[in-house]
Formats: sequence, C-alpha cells, structure tokens
Amino acid sequence: MDTTDGGTPVSDGALPSPRFPIEDALRSAGLWALVTLGLCFPIVAFETLQDFSNRLTIEARPLLVLFAVAAVFAGRLGWLAVRYHGLPQLLPATRFELTPERKKQLPRIGLAALLIFPFFALLLTGQGGAVKWIDNFGVQILIYVMLAWGLNIVVGLAGLLDLGYVAFYAVGAYAYALIATYVIPATVPGLGPWAFWICLPIAGILAAFWGILLGFPVLRLRGDYLAIVTLAFGEIIRLVLINWVEVTNGNAGIRTPYITFFGLPFSSRTGETTFGDVFALPGSPAVHRSMFLYYTILALALLVAVATQRLRRLPIGRAWEAMREDEIACRSLGINTVNTKLTAFAIGAMFGGLAGAFFGARQGFVNPRSFEFMESATILAIVVLGGMGSLVGVAIAAVAVIGGIELLRELSFLKQIFGPEFDPGQYRMLIFGLAMVLMMIWRPRGLVGARQPTIALDGNAKAISASHVKEGHG
Amino acid sequence: MEYFVQQLINGLTLGSIYGLIAIGYTMVFGIIGMVNFAHGDVFMISAFIALILLILLTQFLGVTSIGLALLIVLVAGMFLTALWSWVIERIAYRPLAGSFRLAPLISAIGMAIFLLNFVQVTQGPRNKASPSILNNVMTIPMGNGSVTISERQALIFIVTAILLLAFWAIVQKTKLGRAQRACEQDRRMAALLGINVDRTISLTFVIGGALASVAGLMFMSYYGVVSFSDGFTPGVKAFTAAVLGGIGSLPGAVIGGLLIGLIETMWSAYFSIDYKDVAAFSILAIVLIFMPSGLLGRPDVEKV
Repeated sequence: MDTTDGGTPVSDGALPSPRFPIEDALRSAGLWALVTLGLCFPIVAFETLQDFSNRLTIEARPLLVLFAVAAVFAGRLGWLAVRYHGLPQLLPATRFELTPERKKQLPRIGLAALLIFPFFALLLTGQGGAVKWIDNFGVQILIYVMLAWGLNIVVGLAGLLDLGYVAFYAVGAYAYALIATYVIPATVPGLGPWAFWICLPIAGILAAFWGILLGFPVLRLRGDYLAIVTLAFGEIIRLVLINWVEVTNGNAGIRTPYITFFGLPFSSRTGETTFGDVFALPGSPAVHRSMFLYYTILALALLVAVATQRLRRLPIGRAWEAMREDEIACRSLGINTVNTKLTAFAIGAMFGGLAGAFFGARQGFVNPRSFEFMESATILAIVVLGGMGSLVGVAIAAVAVIGGIELLRELSFLKQIFGPEFDPGQYRMLIFGLAMVLMMIWRPRGLVGARQPTIALDGNAKAISASHVKEGHG
Repeated sequence: MEYFVQQLINGLTLGSIYGLIAIGYTMVFGIIGMVNFAHGDVFMISAFIALILLILLTQFLGVTSIGLALLIVLVAGMFLTALWSWVIERIAYRPLAGSFRLAPLISAIGMAIFLLNFVQVTQGPRNKASPSILNNVMTIPMGNGSVTISERQALIFIVTAILLLAFWAIVQKTKLGRAQRACEQDRRMAALLGINVDRTISLTFVIGGALASVAGLMFMSYYGVVSFSDGFTPGVKAFTAAVLGGIGSLPGAVIGGLLIGLIETMWSAYFSIDYKDVAAFSILAIVLIFMPSGLLGRPDVEKV
C-alpha cells in the first residue's frame, strides 16, 4: 500500500541479502496498522444504537478496533516476511495446467458429474437433507450457470458490457408470473397445470424482444458508457415493477404456480393425482420436485451451452467475436454491426428470460427484490472471473461464487466461537466484494485466460493469450 | 408561484449535494478514464462517519454549540473520508493500471459491494435517524403565501459555495491543480515532464473523497436518516449529473448536479414521487445516448 515497501522480493540472479530487513518491515506494517486505525475510527469503533427513548446513541467497541489493527499489522508483517524469503511459490504452483487431451475431457467429466449429482446427494444425505443440496446448491448454481452463459454471449462473445442483464431475467420471471396467474386462468383455465411449459417460450420471446428494444438506443455506445446505460435500463425496469402496483402488485410480489411434470403436479392440496402417485415413487414430493427442477434447469443450461458452441461457428458468431476484437475494422470489412449487436442482445436476453421463467416456477413467488443491481453484478462477476468467452471457465466460476456464497450460510459453527449474535450470512457479500477486487488484481483475465480461436488458416489454431485481445472496447 | 419557488429552493439544495458527489466522479473519469463505481458508497460511509462524530461530540464530549460541532464534524469527516478514498484507490485501482479495460470497473463494483456490506455488518441494517439539528426556518413572504428556507438549506448553500470556490482555486491556481490538469490531458506527457502521476491520481481521489464527505454530512442532516444502502441511488444520480454536465468538466459537474436536483424535485412536485428515480435513470440513459459529451464536455473523438 505504501511506497516504502519493506521487503524487497528476491529476483533471480540477485544475491539474497543475509538478513530480513526487519526495521523496514516493521515501519511498513506500522503504517498499515495506522491507516487501519484511521479507517476503523468512527465506523468500527462505535456502533450506532437506538436507546430506550428511541434516540440514537453510540456504543464503543475498542476491542474490535484493536483486533483489526493487530490483524493488519501481523498480516502485513507476515506477508512481507513470506515474500522476502520467496517462500510461497504457492500461487503459481496451484495454477493447474491441463494437457490438451484432458482439457477436451473436462466438459464430459463435468457433465457426468452434473447428471449423477442429485442421486449422489440423495444417497449421502437421505430424504431430509437432499432437498437442501439439490435445490439450494444444485438448482441455485445451475440458474447462475445459465444466466452467466447467457450473459457470456453478450459480454464474452460480442464484447458488449451489459450491467443490466437482470432486467431480462425479470422480464422472463414476470412474464411467467403474469401469464400463469392472470392470463391462463382467465382464458383457458384447463391449461393451468401446463402453465410453465406454455410460458417458457413466451418468456424467451418477450425477453428477446426487450433485448432488441433496449439494444436499439445503445448501438452507438461503447465500453463504460454502454455499461452505465444498461445499468440504468435494468434499474428502470425494476423501479417500474415496484411502482406499477396495479399490474405487478409492487413489492408484495405475485404468487405463481409451481412447476409441474408436464401437467402432473408434484404436490397437491386438493387431492389431485401427483407425480409420486402416478409413478409410484417413494419419498416426499419435495424431493421429486427439486430433482425435476434440477434436471429442467440442467437441460436449459445445456441448451445455452450448445447454442453458444453452434453460434460461434455460424457467421453471426464469427461477427460477434470480430466485433469484440475491433469494431472499426469490423465495420470497414462490411459487417453490419447493427444487426450483429442486436442479435447478441436478443439472444443473450432470450436465455435470461428463459432462466427467469424457470426462476418463477421454482420459487412459486416473484417480487422485484430478486432483480436488484447486485444480481447483475454477480452474474457479470461470474462471467469475468470465469474468463470471458470460456464456457467451462464460466461454469467453474459459477460453482465457486454461488456455491461459496451458499456455503457461507452453513458456517453456523462459527456461532460457537463468536457468540450467538454472530450471523455468518452477513459476511457473504462482504467476502464476495473483496474477492472480486482481489481476483481482478490476481488474475484479471479470469480462470481460463487464454482461448482457442474458432477458426485458423492452417488448421492448427494456437491459443491466444488473453492479454493480446482487447474486449470492452466494442 | 410560491410553490414553484419553494421547489426551486429544495431542488437547488438537493442539487448542491449531487454536485459535490459528481465532482468526485468527473475528476476521476477525467484523469484515469474509469467510472469510480465505489464513489457512491464512499459518500454513504461519509454520512455514517458524520453521524457518529456528531453523536460523539454532542452526547459524550459535551460540545454544546451546534455550530462548533458541525465544523469539527465537517473537517474530521473530510479527513477520514479522504483516507477511505485514498486506501480504496491504492488497493483496488492502482494495481490494475495497465490491465485490460474492464478490470478497474469490475474491481470498483467489487469495492462498492464490499463497502456497502462493511457498513451493514459494522452498523447494522436498520435506518439510523440522526439527531435533528438546525431546524429553524426563515419565512419569506411572497405573493399570497410564503417560502421557507431552513437553516440546514442555508448552510448547505453556503458551504457548497465556499468549498467550490476553494476547490476551483486549487485546480486553477496551485501546482497540484496544474499537475492534475496536465495528467488529464496527457498522462504520459505529464510523466515525461516530471509530474508524479501516481501521486496526482491519489490526490484526485483524496479531493473527491473529501468533497463527497461534505455531501454526506449534508445528506445526513437534510434527510435526518441514513442507511447502509443510501450510497447507490445518490451515487448513480451524481454520476448522471457528471455525465449531464459533460464528464471531465468540473463546472459541468456542478451545473449537472443542480439540474438533476431541480429535475428530481420538480418531477416529484408536479408529476409523481414514485417515479422520481425512474426520471433520473431515464435522463442518464437519454443524455448518454443523445449527447454523450454533455453540456460542457469535450466531444469524444474516435481514433482509428
């Protein structure tokens, strides 16, 4: 942080000095500790509380500040020592390098693991615990995999930075909610059980339509400006969902019918035949439903993956990637960048809409709080952390980010250390934000930072190090 | 008529707050070409710092004069918030100089998420009602009614005006200001001429943080309530102000801030209060799409 960095790193060839420059290191660590003290002073040192007469008052927390300052001091000192002695070849060593054959097998292994995951979870945790693992982890992660793959088309392939992707997710979810709860019962109530399967394509089409609608005005914008305008669109849609109470029921949200097995409900209060009855399956309806949800979202996510793979080989996919690399060159070569951008927005939005309809059918409830800017940021973070354009990398990043966030909910054992008021769930987003910053410093290009060109002249395409390409300019 | 004048006064008050935040956005964008996404949350932290300092001074240290308390809060808050801004630049942005273009933006989003949750964790998720101060109002008769200006509003105008003058003097007259303008025009050339570019960038963040802290204090005393989620929307509105005024232009940021404050207030007064944020976001989109160089900005030339 400071300019008087204590320990000098040992470079190759340079003679390591005999002694660790302890004074410099102490000075540096002291400075860090002092800065920490300054940062902590009012915000950490005092907690604002309401007293019995509802007046705001403050309570000092000197121990917490002391702890933070000591931790930073020790951490900085330790880091300098470790860096000086050149000890941690840890980071480069963990950078796993796979042989090309292994790399090709990776998606297949991953797919097989995904297919058996629910049964594995059922086997390990039994009927009671399986729903949590299948639904909270499996389905949750796969929704984000799908969203991130959808956004990957816009950001990773076409190079258009979209900070409002969650808008299309919202369009899909609300399309499902409104059609399934108002339109279908009012017109053809017999189709009620089929609501999800009817709404799914409609939600996709509507979202694609919105993608084009919002894509038109931003055709001329690039980079940061494009990001900000898409953010504004995302927020406008959310604010309209909150305020247009007559249609959307505002913050109170809409109850939606749950997903059905092609018309067969998984549970029924009115005594209809359920999925479990028909197939004479053991176990609770909740398990059946979560497993069906799991395979549905898996199929939808794979649809996105296959579509992405195929599109990359089509002229339009090539045009996207060309536009990402250099928009001006692209225009000069006669590529219609208007159509290229609009198709990217539309297709990306369509997948977002499909995921949204699924989300509505899974939750049984939609409200605008699910579509805040944080969601867009999370999805974008997944795409970037995974390495833009790489399907496998993005999937791994989704597992790491969403799985990590969900796992942090499970850290209840920490309550025994820090007392019963300690809520690990609070720290999820804190750690997530910090991880985003650190990831940008450590590996700004994401997990899979190099990519294979889709096409090459002599047939043996070399991987391009990502530092040679420049997405984000388009 | 008096209703309109009243709204005008309210709008300009709000606009002063946005203008002060907008300067932070516009300076950073001018010098390193990135949208400092975390700036709105720095503003939010500064509001909390001001709130805690104010309670500390009035309830525990026995400062009875509210004027003295506010002065101390103002100065101490500026220092502490500037420290935050400085540290954020060092940790989250400087290591990314020379990285690909999206990296600072994503790092900034990560920082914004961190700051938001940091305050939520340390101060709790509830809204914090600040002690009510400077409630006296001046009533000016006008037409067949009257217009009121509260002491708070008067204070906001005066402090904003003084700070802007001081800030203007720094940018125009001092060595630091010259270095900053030089870096804005051409960073490499400035470095070749012996300007410490890193230091200048750091100082830009420090100044931006200090001005945001003044806005935070005003926001806290004007609305009388702060919450950990208060950074995002004012942040986006201030960014809108910076864009409207022409990003990179300092007078533009102030004019843009005043305009956004006026538009928001008038919109709430004459149309619908529910959709006031929609109005702000729509202006942002419309300005960026149709006049991306804003009112006073330089047009962006596309280089091949």
